[in-house]
Amino acid sequence: MLVVVGTVPDEGIPLLEGQVHLENDMLVLQGRRIPVNRGTPALLAAAVAAGQILGNAPTYTYLVGDIGTGKGSRRLYEHLVRHLPKKAFEVMTFHYLQPDVDWHNRVLFALEEMKPRPVLIADAGFMYAAKMSGQAGAYDLFTPDAGEIAFLADEEAPHPFYTRGFILHEENRVPELITRAYEHNNAARCLLVKGKRDYVASREGILATIDKPLVEALEPVGGTGDTVTGIVSALVASGMSVEDAALVAAKVNRLAGLYANPTPATQVIELIKHIPRATAEILEETLKKHLSRNAR
Amino acid sequence: MSFLTFLKKKRPLKDQQADRGILVFENTSEVIRAENALKAEGWDVKVKGPPPEIRTGCDLVIEFPLIEELNVLRALEGAGVEPVKVVPVWSALLEPVSLFHTKDFGEYLMIRAANMKLTVDKKTMTIVNVSGGGCPDVPFLAQEMVGKPLSDAPSPRAIGHTLCGYALQLAYEEMQRQCLSS
Repeated sequence: MLVVVGTVPDEGIPLLEGQVHLENDMLVLQGRRIPVNRGTPALLAAAVAAGQILGNAPTYTYLVGDIGTGKGSRRLYEHLVRHLPKKAFEVMTFHYLQPDVDWHNRVLFALEEMKPRPVLIADAGFMYAAKMSGQAGAYDLFTPDAGEIAFLADEEAPHPFYTRGFILHEENRVPELITRAYEHNNAARCLLVKGKRDYVASREGILATIDKPLVEALEPVGGTGDTVTGIVSALVASGMSVEDAALVAAKVNRLAGLYANPTPATQVIELIKHIPRATAEILEETLKKHLSRNAR
Repeated sequence: MSFLTFLKKKRPLKDQQADRGILVFENTSEVIRAENALKAEGWDVKVKGPPPEIRTGCDLVIEFPLIEELNVLRALEGAGVEPVKVVPVWSALLEPVSLFHTKDFGEYLMIRAANMKLTVDKKTMTIVNVSGGGCPDVPFLAQEMVGKPLSDAPSPRAIGHTLCGYALQLAYEEMQRQCLSS
């Protein structure tokens, strides 16, 4: 089962946990309807949409309202520390949470107590805290964008806001930044770097690059990084290896983006609507390639 | 302009850097409030990253001329936002990202500051998208700003709470400079 941990931008939302589903472009969790704009709701919606095609068990979530004060995140951290050791989840994805090294470490201790230990995916604020704590290697996958890979590569930076000038991200330097992130032990076992060209990488180097289809108008669209993290989470939960899932997810997100026919003003829900179709097509294409390779 | 105000504004930069102190606050929201209060009174303060020994996560501190400590604290007390501690600077403070990247999409203009991007419809001057970032105020800022005119949208400085919010403020100011200053 996939479990997604994150926040929603509404202080009125208490700590909620349970199975989530999509209904008319809204997430439904414990009878509450949550708009899908960007952030963790976008990740969840993408995971649910891809999971429908993959035949996954319903996605489970821990969600809390937090508008950036960190109050909701701290309440959620406390809840996780108390309850995770008794839980059994296969894949856990941590997302928009207030970066806090101390709480991150307590959650990681709780995760280490889980049997079996889940596959761990981190993005956004929780990835920032994981890097800053020096525990990045405890994770199976990080999904940074081009700016965040520069932050991971800068061993001094506690947040992307402080990435030093000589490291600052330029898309054509991503391979160098990936190497530097691994040299300083600031990367997860696998990286999916999202950008004009997506990279799947490990400590051994670049495993794959994906640059088609290229839809320039997606760059300003908020939430397109969240959707790729949701898709890769669903793929890993379906039993795919993290490395294969990263490659497939990058392709699915790009194809869904193409089908959305976006402008820079498009909202991410338009892309999410095309994830089931894109997932089905990319999986079919992947299967065909696999079969033709085996037939040779 | 009072003599004190004159001194505050004209103090040479070199002097300020010789004896610096930092104001540490409970959270980033308070840093932003304190910066607003001090700047409104004419103090030339800078927001920076804290030294490693006091970093906790999503941190900002305010750098100020240490010799002015009492005056600064009085101003903050008046504004109702007091620091949890005042520390002399012994090690280098982190400089926030100061480079902007502008991308023209024809009908739309996108500006990136650090990890945050802001996009505006050039014809209507409406904010159409906010992307990037990883702190929980990013979805909140997007929700509050997208669909509003650049001139009327709430500023990230006013409603944001984190470093991502602060980065978005820089993009927002740069967008205003490029689009609204003429």
